[in-house]
Amino acid sequence: MIQLLPLFVAIPLGAAFLTALAAFKARRLADVGSALATGALLVLAVITIGRQGVYPVGGFLAPLGITLVLDGFSVLLLLIVNGIGFLATLYSISYMERYTSKYKYFTLFLLMIGGMNGVVITGDVFNLFVFLEIASIASYALVAFGGEHEELEASFKYLVLGSVGSGFILLAIALVYGATGQLNMAGIAMALAGTDKHLLIAFASVLFLAGFSVKAALVPFHPWLPDAHPSAPAPISAMLSGVLIKALGVYALARIIFNVLGATPLFGMIVMGLGVLSMTVGVILAVGQWDFKRLLAYHSISQMGYVVLGIGLGMFILASGGDSVVAGTALLGGILHLANHAAFKSLLFFCAGSVEFRTGTRMLKELGGIQEKMPVTRLTCTVASLSIAGIPPLNGFWSKLIIVIATIQAAFTYPGLLVLTAVTVLVSFVTLVSFLKVLRYVFLGALPDAFRKIKESPFFMGVTIVSLALLCAGMGLLLVPAARGAILDPAIEALKQGLGYGSRVLAGM
Amino acid sequence: MKGMTIIVQTITRLVKIFILLYGLYLTLTGHLTPGGGFAGGVVIACLYILLTLAYGRQWALRRFPRRLAGSLDSVGGFIFLIVACLGFGFGGMFFVNFLERFFPGRPFALLSAGTIPLNNIAICLKVAASLFLVFIVMAGARLLEKKDRTYDYKQEEEE
Amino acid sequence: MVFPLCFALFVVGLYCVLAKRNTVKIVIGLAVMEYATNLFFILLGYRKQPRLADVQAPIRVSVANLDDFFFKAVDPLPQALVLTSIVIGVGVTALALALCIRLYQRYGTFDIDEMRRLKG
Repeated sequence: MIQLLPLFVAIPLGAAFLTALAAFKARRLADVGSALATGALLVLAVITIGRQGVYPVGGFLAPLGITLVLDGFSVLLLLIVNGIGFLATLYSISYMERYTSKYKYFTLFLLMIGGMNGVVITGDVFNLFVFLEIASIASYALVAFGGEHEELEASFKYLVLGSVGSGFILLAIALVYGATGQLNMAGIAMALAGTDKHLLIAFASVLFLAGFSVKAALVPFHPWLPDAHPSAPAPISAMLSGVLIKALGVYALARIIFNVLGATPLFGMIVMGLGVLSMTVGVILAVGQWDFKRLLAYHSISQMGYVVLGIGLGMFILASGGDSVVAGTALLGGILHLANHAAFKSLLFFCAGSVEFRTGTRMLKELGGIQEKMPVTRLTCTVASLSIAGIPPLNGFWSKLIIVIATIQAAFTYPGLLVLTAVTVLVSFVTLVSFLKVLRYVFLGALPDAFRKIKESPFFMGVTIVSLALLCAGMGLLLVPAARGAILDPAIEALKQGLGYGSRVLAGM
Repeated sequence: MKGMTIIVQTITRLVKIFILLYGLYLTLTGHLTPGGGFAGGVVIACLYILLTLAYGRQWALRRFPRRLAGSLDSVGGFIFLIVACLGFGFGGMFFVNFLERFFPGRPFALLSAGTIPLNNIAICLKVAASLFLVFIVMAGARLLEKKDRTYDYKQEEEE
Repeated sequence: MVFPLCFALFVVGLYCVLAKRNTVKIVIGLAVMEYATNLFFILLGYRKQPRLADVQAPIRVSVANLDDFFFKAVDPLPQALVLTSIVIGVGVTALALALCIRLYQRYGTFDIDEMRRLKG
């Protein structure tokens, strides 16, 4: 299996080039080719469950060459990226009919998927930067795909902020290379394990944090997200919100800090602070929004706050030598919420896209009463809304519950953390209020005359949203011991091993 | 754009073959001396830009249409990927330098270093085509016209 | 000694991005940041030698006295990295300028203060 690891990058890139090459002759080819490519990637991702290994690209071994590393955390992210990617491709087949030059869209889309897969499986810091830029550049272009005023403005804002973030990341990589003489993640971890914290490394960590926070849209660095996500076409909004900010932001940050540079208690506290700030500010800004997709974008910031809070709490407890079990609970909450957020936020963006596709507007005040016209969309949107608000049987509830439990457990040692518990519950409540507003204005109320003739969304779009809704309802099952042992526990172990990552990778796992 | 004066056109006609040769030289000896696919590709793209400036946009686009440039761009990337994937079949590993095993070559000979020259050629194609494309698209954008059908999308070059 | 100057250049670029109102100048600021980082990377490859003339570019001119060469040559890895990062920079700059052109076509200005359709 480990032999197939490079295919995660090779398939989407190859499909992207072929699409660009052949598809202006045969229009359907782009649809079929992209669906096949992403479908194959999904199958590959499912095969990777429970496996791990190291793949030296070109036969050059670990500290010198570029390695691809598959471990528990990568597997989880591969599942998310390729799962949502496949569904978004299916959705795009119908949705993108409105735009011209669909094959360019699929080319960029596949490049973006290839870049994200690369970020997730690479074991080399500079290679991570290259893939990060491939995914970012493709996403800048995709945000501007419509070519209208708002799209261009949003894309420019996104590009400027994203490039500044990338600049920070590159500078940090240069500093790390200067301090250790290594670019391989395992090599850096080996060089840093057991030594005192170098001042340069602390500086590099801060630069990494700033860069990846831009990519993950944590609060002081968030202004691009509420513009960029609503402006993109709906499947791209779903990819950006559901996957991109996780793969490029949270995954990369967690990987670099936990496994490469090493966590410190102060750093864990900073990350936690960013998480709490994102959580509250995001949700407060979301309440007042009247644009459907913009509201969802602000909720993305808020929900990413939960993920980062869980991961930061785990980092803090681990680095200050606290109870490893509590740290595991916090990480479990963060990681599970990462997976859950990918499911329900993509579903919400798909629903918003379906509504916009049929009605032509996404302003909440202009919508209303379309529940009888679009019953499937209404049902799935309700599921997703209740899920993001944390209503019990759905997936969002379980991850939020675990994060709350983790904060309470941690509060036995550090009583100040009880504030976090209160904030977490409160934000969840405000989220519920905000989504009740969405459901009320979009689906209930009087039907405007303009919408008398609208129909349910097309077949492929319907299939996508229904399968995601089933996923939302069923993802609580990930906590069943068997599934947890296969998917979640390896991911947590991968983070908990800290700098031990280095020696394990060099030994070939 | 109508092109420039006859002096510029004549000089361009005289030097164009040398520029092209220099670009090819940089590409083909990239594994021996400084240079390589990227530098060679940039030189070749500069040749096309020079021709465009000297003879005008219509002239250049007639000989090198935008669609051809786009196709060459993709072909370059695709060749690179195929060479990398052939490593699966022959060397058992992605990106492995499989040709080196069969045709070792002498160090510093033109035919040596296995797949690296092939990769250089692929990169040269991709860089030359995409830089030319960027130039043409940007030069073609009329700043104050409201309706414009040129859609600027830019694929990033593979390293 | 030279390293702080790279950071100074980086900060100059960052200031340009943050303070300028003109889209093209913002793109120039991004490029300056990029170049500062590239310069820093290249300088990392320098090796301390007794005499400056002993430092060689990482190109093997002859097969003879290889050990001597390995001792004297500057680190070639940063040069390869910088080449890659320049290529990425070209892509980003091209896309940014394309966006500037399109924004100018739509709004008729390069001033970001006048592009305010999005807010909230």
